[in-house]
Amino acid sequence: MTGLDFGVIQRALPFLLEGLALSFFLTAVAMLGGVILGLGLAVIRLSRWKALSILAAGYVNGFRAIPLVLVIFWFYFLVPLALGRSVSALQSVVIAFVLFEAAYYSEIFRAGLQSIRPGQWQAAYACGLGYFQTLRLVVLPQALRNMLPLMITQAVVLFQDTSLVYVISLRDFMTSASIVANRDNRLIETYLVAALVYFVICSIGAASASRLSARWRPA
Amino acid sequence: MTKAHIQASRTPAEIVEMPASVRVVPISQGRKPMVEISKLYKSYGPIEVLKGCDLVVERGEVVVICGPSGSGKSTLIKCVNGLERFDRGALVVDGVRVGERASDMTSLRARIGMVSQHFELYPHLTVLQNICLAQVHVLKRSKVEAQAKARALLARVGLPDKEGAYPAQLSGGQQQRVAIARALAMDPVAMLFDEPTSALDPEMIGEVLAVMLELARDGMTMIVVTHEMGFARKAADRVVFMDKGAIVETAPTQQFFDEPRAERAKLFLSRILSQ
Amino acid sequence: MNYSWNWSILIQPPYLGWLASGLELTLVISISAWILALIAGTLVGVVGTLPHRIPRMLAATYVGMFRNIPLLLQLFLWFFVVPELLPSGWGFWLKRDLPFPELWTSMLALGLFTSARVAVQVGSGITAVSSGQRMAAVASGMSPAQAYRLVLLPQAFRIVLPPLTSDFLTVFKNSALALTIGVFELTAQTRQIESFTFQGFEAFTAATIVYLVIALLVTFFMRTLERRVALPDTMGAAS
Ligand SMILES: Nc1ncnc2c1ncn2[C@@H]1O[C@H](COP(=O)(O)OP(=O)(O)OP(=O)(O)O)[C@@H](O)[C@H]1O
Ligand SMILES: [Mg+2]
Repeated sequence: MTGLDFGVIQRALPFLLEGLALSFFLTAVAMLGGVILGLGLAVIRLSRWKALSILAAGYVNGFRAIPLVLVIFWFYFLVPLALGRSVSALQSVVIAFVLFEAAYYSEIFRAGLQSIRPGQWQAAYACGLGYFQTLRLVVLPQALRNMLPLMITQAVVLFQDTSLVYVISLRDFMTSASIVANRDNRLIETYLVAALVYFVICSIGAASASRLSARWRPA
Repeated sequence: MTKAHIQASRTPAEIVEMPASVRVVPISQGRKPMVEISKLYKSYGPIEVLKGCDLVVERGEVVVICGPSGSGKSTLIKCVNGLERFDRGALVVDGVRVGERASDMTSLRARIGMVSQHFELYPHLTVLQNICLAQVHVLKRSKVEAQAKARALLARVGLPDKEGAYPAQLSGGQQQRVAIARALAMDPVAMLFDEPTSALDPEMIGEVLAVMLELARDGMTMIVVTHEMGFARKAADRVVFMDKGAIVETAPTQQFFDEPRAERAKLFLSRILSQ
Repeated sequence: MNYSWNWSILIQPPYLGWLASGLELTLVISISAWILALIAGTLVGVVGTLPHRIPRMLAATYVGMFRNIPLLLQLFLWFFVVPELLPSGWGFWLKRDLPFPELWTSMLALGLFTSARVAVQVGSGITAVSSGQRMAAVASGMSPAQAYRLVLLPQAFRIVLPPLTSDFLTVFKNSALALTIGVFELTAQTRQIESFTFQGFEAFTAATIVYLVIALLVTFFMRTLERRVALPDTMGAAS
């Protein structure tokens, strides 16, 4: 083993940054889609429509039982087949992540909505508000307080999970790092720096989540 | 004449009715006191909780500590078996200098029983297992020996049929009696009680006090933080009144109730007795 | 969508054998990683609740390290980087003489990664046990180790058993990442069946069903365990 040479990182910096940008992009899209779809799933699950609620529960528990890698493979294989034409790896991965994250965000929403006392619903109904008005105006704003730290924690997990697109060679930060590592035969330097980058980003996310939950702890 | 002689010559009913002043405390001449507290100071950050407390408890003596909330009673009693540290002063318990590194606190704690307000029975163990746990793991008694001891004590505190129950299945008064049995199982040389009845419903207070009274009559050295003045009258040799981290008054029981000297003690007494 | 179905592919040799050996590896990696995670996680969780600052900081650092780096990258670090950083004799042994290095690496990496989550759960379980319990134990002369072993941990484990179920499930899912360093566990095998036969639908369905069954079994196992160790409450008749 010759001495360590971190110059390799500097030379590959633009390439690595492009990868990092894709990681952030994937995280943002998956979070946005996952939150919207997850909210819908949670509302359906807590609704009076028995059949729909069971379907939503099946969706959530199904996705939560299988590995993300398998989900990525599934959609990489399935999306082109379903559309009848070839699609980019990025497109299939975005669909996979949104559907996968929706299952996890729906659980956060469900716990958040259930944390609101039934009295709040009744009070709102008594004022003449409808179901969705109550949800939007009364329940969600309160539930959001309890949920925000969990949502940030989930985003940190999601950011780490985007590294799994490595298995279909999509060039996120992880894949880019491994390409640089192998191309220049600098595995130690590249992986250590990659670990440091992930560590710093995720630590900041985790710290802000715990600060929020400490600030909002019910008095 | 010792307490044992008195007991032998009287019926149990007479003993219960007997005022504390009649009792003869078997203070063993020439032996060191059980607890010697001198000039004890302690602060939590900027708040001074103990401001130079002095107290000597002889062997066989029963001392009741009372005083308003936040006056430092719990802190003082926890210092005695080293559950709280103190900043300055000296504290010798059964010959062991508490607060010094070299002192064997573990074996001292095994010799000093403690009963607290919230019972603190181990919820994952049955009554019998609760009483045996420290006997087996600290005193290294055999399981058989520990169980025999536990059963004898359960009978003594009036719960012979509860050995298989879990704490959650008992009433508060029953739990506290088990907690007392658990402490007694270690054959303690002294017992510390921190408001043992204050978390109990009124109808259960009596059953716990009766057990404690009997213990006092048997010659156990006891330091009892309580506001049960009836118990103090019957069982205590001396009453200590604390306020704002200081021991304001120490007096023989009769004297404390008949003619308290400190103004704050008078006020406290009149309030608590009028309740 | 035109697709020629062929479900019988799943029971044909050699594919059935591939699935079986994949499942076996998934189970072996997951269960050994879980055992490692329970042991290391409990230790770190306990250290994180000690009354001194330095051990608490060490535990927090441990948890932060393993939680804030993606598992995939941790796997690569253990597989590619750590052997290079070790004294050359050890590194040589790891790379040349140790049989199935990728298998050992996945167990270790997955186990330590999961141990950070277990540590957080166990730590919060211990904190949830009232401070009076610790005091009662210490007051009866127990050493700190005895207080943890006999009083605090038995209660903490009962408290964290339900949340631990989801961590246990996650281990099985995360074991799929072992395929990135060449372990042919369940997901890798179905991927291989797909690329050999182009029957991806059947292969991935098989894997999905197996993971679902594992999830059901794990949940059932944990619920049974919860019921086994549950304490009778006041509603139950006193004996
Ligand atoms: N861990 C702690 N940190 C900071 N302050 C404390 C702590 N424990 C006790 N105190 C403070 O020390 C003072 C004495 O407390 P202590 O519990 O000894 O009082 P007490 O006489 O037992 O009162 P009570 O009758 O309410 O039990 C109180 O002002 C209390 O607020
Ligand atoms: Mg107190």
